[in-house]
Amino acid sequence: MRIGVYICHCGTNIAGTIDVQALASYCGSLPEVAVAREYKYMCSDPGQELIRQDIRDHKLDRIVVAACSPHLHEKTFRHAVAEAGLNPYFFHMVNLREHDSWVHVDKLAALEKAMDLVRAAVRRVKWHVPLERREVAIHSEVLVVGGGIAGIDAALTLASAGKHVYLVEREPTIGGHMAQFDKTFPTLDCAACILTPKMTAVKGHKNITLWTYSEVQQVEGYVGNYEVKVRRKPRYVIEDLCVGCMECIQACVFKQGKTSDAFNLGLSKRKPIYIPFPQAVPPVVVIDREACIEFKSGKCKKTCVEVCAERNAIDFKQQEHIESIRVGAIILATGFDVFDVSRIPYYGYGLYPNVYTSLEIERLVNASGPTGGEVVLRDGRKPATVGIAHCIGSRDTHTNRYCSRVCCMYSLKLAHLIKEKTGAEVYNFYIDVRAPGKAFEEFYNHVAEEGVNFIRGKLADVYPEGNGGGRLILQAEDTLLGMIRKIPVDMLVLSAGLEPRADSNEVRRLFNIGCSADGFFLERHPKLAPVSTFADGIYIAGCCQGPKDIPDTVAQSGAAAAQALALIDAGVVELEPNTAYVLAEACSGCKTCIPLCPYSAIAFLEEKKARINEVLCKGCGTCVAACPSGSIRQNLFEDQEIYEEIEGILA
Amino acid sequence: MKRLKAFWLSTEMRRKMKFQREADPLWAQKIAERPGCEGLFSCLQCGTCSGTCPLSIYMDFAPRRIIALVREGFKEDALSCQTIWLCASCYSCAVHCPRQIHITDVMYSLKREAIQEKLYPRHFPIPVLAQEFYKMVRRKGRSSEFWLVLRMAFRTNPMQLLGMAGTGWQLMRTGRLRLRQDRIEKVKELQSELAGREVG
Amino acid sequence: MASTYGYFPGCSARGTGVAYEESLLTLFRLLNLSLDELKDWNCCGATSYMSIDEGSAFLLSARNLSRARQAGHRELVTPCSACYLVLRKTQDYAARYPEIAKSVGDSLVAANLPPLDSVTVRHPMEVLYNDVGLERIKSKVVRHWRGGRVACYYGCQLVRPFAEADRPHDPTRMDELLQAVGVPTIDYSLKTKCCGGSLTGTIHEVGVRLNYILLKEAARKGAEAIVTICPLCQYNLDAYQGEIRKHAGEPLDMPVFFFTQILGWALGGDARSLGLGRAISGRRSIEEWFSKHAEEVESYV
Repeated sequence: MRIGVYICHCGTNIAGTIDVQALASYCGSLPEVAVAREYKYMCSDPGQELIRQDIRDHKLDRIVVAACSPHLHEKTFRHAVAEAGLNPYFFHMVNLREHDSWVHVDKLAALEKAMDLVRAAVRRVKWHVPLERREVAIHSEVLVVGGGIAGIDAALTLASAGKHVYLVEREPTIGGHMAQFDKTFPTLDCAACILTPKMTAVKGHKNITLWTYSEVQQVEGYVGNYEVKVRRKPRYVIEDLCVGCMECIQACVFKQGKTSDAFNLGLSKRKPIYIPFPQAVPPVVVIDREACIEFKSGKCKKTCVEVCAERNAIDFKQQEHIESIRVGAIILATGFDVFDVSRIPYYGYGLYPNVYTSLEIERLVNASGPTGGEVVLRDGRKPATVGIAHCIGSRDTHTNRYCSRVCCMYSLKLAHLIKEKTGAEVYNFYIDVRAPGKAFEEFYNHVAEEGVNFIRGKLADVYPEGNGGGRLILQAEDTLLGMIRKIPVDMLVLSAGLEPRADSNEVRRLFNIGCSADGFFLERHPKLAPVSTFADGIYIAGCCQGPKDIPDTVAQSGAAAAQALALIDAGVVELEPNTAYVLAEACSGCKTCIPLCPYSAIAFLEEKKARINEVLCKGCGTCVAACPSGSIRQNLFEDQEIYEEIEGILA
Repeated sequence: MKRLKAFWLSTEMRRKMKFQREADPLWAQKIAERPGCEGLFSCLQCGTCSGTCPLSIYMDFAPRRIIALVREGFKEDALSCQTIWLCASCYSCAVHCPRQIHITDVMYSLKREAIQEKLYPRHFPIPVLAQEFYKMVRRKGRSSEFWLVLRMAFRTNPMQLLGMAGTGWQLMRTGRLRLRQDRIEKVKELQSELAGREVG
Repeated sequence: MASTYGYFPGCSARGTGVAYEESLLTLFRLLNLSLDELKDWNCCGATSYMSIDEGSAFLLSARNLSRARQAGHRELVTPCSACYLVLRKTQDYAARYPEIAKSVGDSLVAANLPPLDSVTVRHPMEVLYNDVGLERIKSKVVRHWRGGRVACYYGCQLVRPFAEADRPHDPTRMDELLQAVGVPTIDYSLKTKCCGGSLTGTIHEVGVRLNYILLKEAARKGAEAIVTICPLCQYNLDAYQGEIRKHAGEPLDMPVFFFTQILGWALGGDARSLGLGRAISGRRSIEEWFSKHAEEVESYV
């Protein structure tokens, strides 16, 4: 064997602590080492050229580079080795920086350790075998899960790039939370006016297959080749036939709605046959089988069917069905849930009638909401004084530690809108006003100048006025004045924070991605890879990754679409060969490995043997360690290689 | 605070300036390390503690300001104020605080130090009551409400006993005024246990 | 469920809170539960001791808990909220902070007492709720409630900071116990607002004002009595109504009961052994509601 060993100085990062000359000369004395060098920056062009030159000149067959972390430059050096005609997996890297020079101060001890590490690598690399990277083709269709603004935007971007997109949304309509808003900050653009054109574009686009009232049921496969089962729930209305005339809703035997309308957050009621809101896309009605008499007793007059006689779009016999699709990339844009304010009982939500959440006020303020855009109390009166409490459920170790980012801005917006519509005296109780975005500070100034009162102090207590007048007393310390204030208000608005969806744990397990400590989906890197995940080919965008406003959401959905495009247009993906494999003759069929695999990569064959799909395998090593008969091995982590490394260290 | 007595002005002018030499960051650190006081430096100054405190309207510094004073290390202000003695240990602040800071324990730490450093307001009834309670329990192992109130009144304002006479009579006729001072049997043992423990 | 509990009376149990002890013992006797008073217990130190010296404060409680352990008790029931809090806090802090565990542990060793663990601190309210249960209490009722609606007042230290006895923001266990014996309760939003504790004795006006607020709100909501679980709360609400009548012009004369008195009465205890005559305020209502005519023992439907 002719091994080449290269010690990198890494500037002074390594050389500052380890005597690289001594180390290099020690390495030169090791058995089977033909060349041992040290150089200032091995990753640089001349550094790599050293390796390439030596491979040619000295006919080297194994290379060891002792430098920084493999995470940084393993690929670089493997590439250099390959360029010189040697199999790139005849290379091994030693981390002398993060594992040695950066964590020790004793120079002699650091040198000893470096010698141990390199010696071990030299012994190991002899046992390396040639391996090949596998290429798999990438399917060019994309699945977007979630039809809010993030999903809509990502779908439109991909569709206009000529890719076919499946947009799957669990509600009967796309639009998400944005469809519930009235005006958006800081421009006070009408949410519906800017959203509905996009929604219509989705419906009309030839490259988008829109499946609403549908949920992803199962995801199998690997990057570029995902096999997804989508469950299409029955609306009991034939989508292709319904034109959205809504005569059936008019004709329904229920003269008035009796079911709580979720789109209006329970502030109004709807009939069993309904459309979530007039601009819904697709403009198709839905029948709620829990509320519909026909389903409960089978004895309804079915006036809805009568009135739809011409088109005959209503079909009570409709069943759910499963669609199977194959896609190359998946973008998750499943959005957020609003914090449940009843978790903090002393704010009085549910206890006192005129305590509302911010989203409920959005619906009140909205012209197509339950009160036609009038901001009124439960008894129909206009409020004369309104309190808005910031930070409900956020920045609080009892509930959610994080700041929900958008609440300060929407609280300012609601203050403005409420004041405009009712002329009420508005009090915002805040801790900090967070207004970082473009034109946000200007909006804050505008609202302050309008005469909205700002009290810096978190709302501490809410109780009814003593004289039975029905007002609520809001108590807080005005920290800027240094005094306790009691403000009687007619209406209290709780600025609830954003939370991950209630079922986000189940959803992310479908796609095999992680979540961060706060429960939102985990990005690959918080700064440099905010839309990728640790699962190749699966991207996240919008509030499912963390609370954010619409501009940031749209930025992320564009980014996710771009990443997906980059993946698909590359056409193929290369997979690392550090995968595990089963020695069939030694496998006893005990099935210990199968449930352990976090990537579901192990199949149990008919002949009672386990088989690992090397495309799905990420080389975590769990099955290798767990196999009782030792019949699972892993490329680049063979037993002999590891034993040699150990022996090398202990020698 | 320095007082500038300007003889040409009818009022006294006080400078509300804080110099860095008055701040003791090591002391702040020490308080934050006491059991129950962790999280002191993560205070948002949101004011929820003052807002829920039933007594904050009577305090010279609201609880939030006490935390701010302690954080910045202004030891003398924090220890010589009335606020800490008005704290009724109701724990409303501790339960509402979004950072889960046990403000009540911070108050206790300050009370203890105020007594040790003799910075407490001398004739304020509450520290006097605390001290009498302390002495009584050390001597007898139990406390007597009657004797406690009596001692405290004598040390602060004996005239208030006149005002309390009515209540005293009510208690006496309903059999709720216990004049006897109880003593535990193993009082010597208790005293030595306490002595062995005392920091001073 | 133990039928014998260790019992820590607290210093006010024989002073201003004597009616509490009387009614507690009576009630427990009616339920066939016995309270075994801890021998030679010492004062828990309440809030005052903690204001002077932390280590001694914890030691006082540790001594009590340890002696309870020594006497073979697994559970130590204390009616006074302050004692409950201090004992619980000692256990909690000794478990969480090594310096306190050490200081307490060393002192116990020096005094030849067993270590501080495995004694659960209980309060009669939650003992009745958890161990006895609403159904059993209901089944033992022999008297109708003849009084008016009541406001259940929990105070601070039972429900904060430890939430085992009941929820800190909206406790309802006392309400449920009273409802189980047929007593109508009001929706009392100030049920956990501080009564001021010892402030009525030190900064009198401030203390009385806090109680004025509590009494006024209870009256406004239609309560004719207040029911408490802490001897100091009971004393504060009871003893100064005359003063409030004079200075605030508020026509208050509301009886302030211990919940054990109400429950004891419903289960057949007599007025004397429940300490009903020890009230300062609301004596007329008490006469009326607990009069001899109401002494018939009847089955509760």
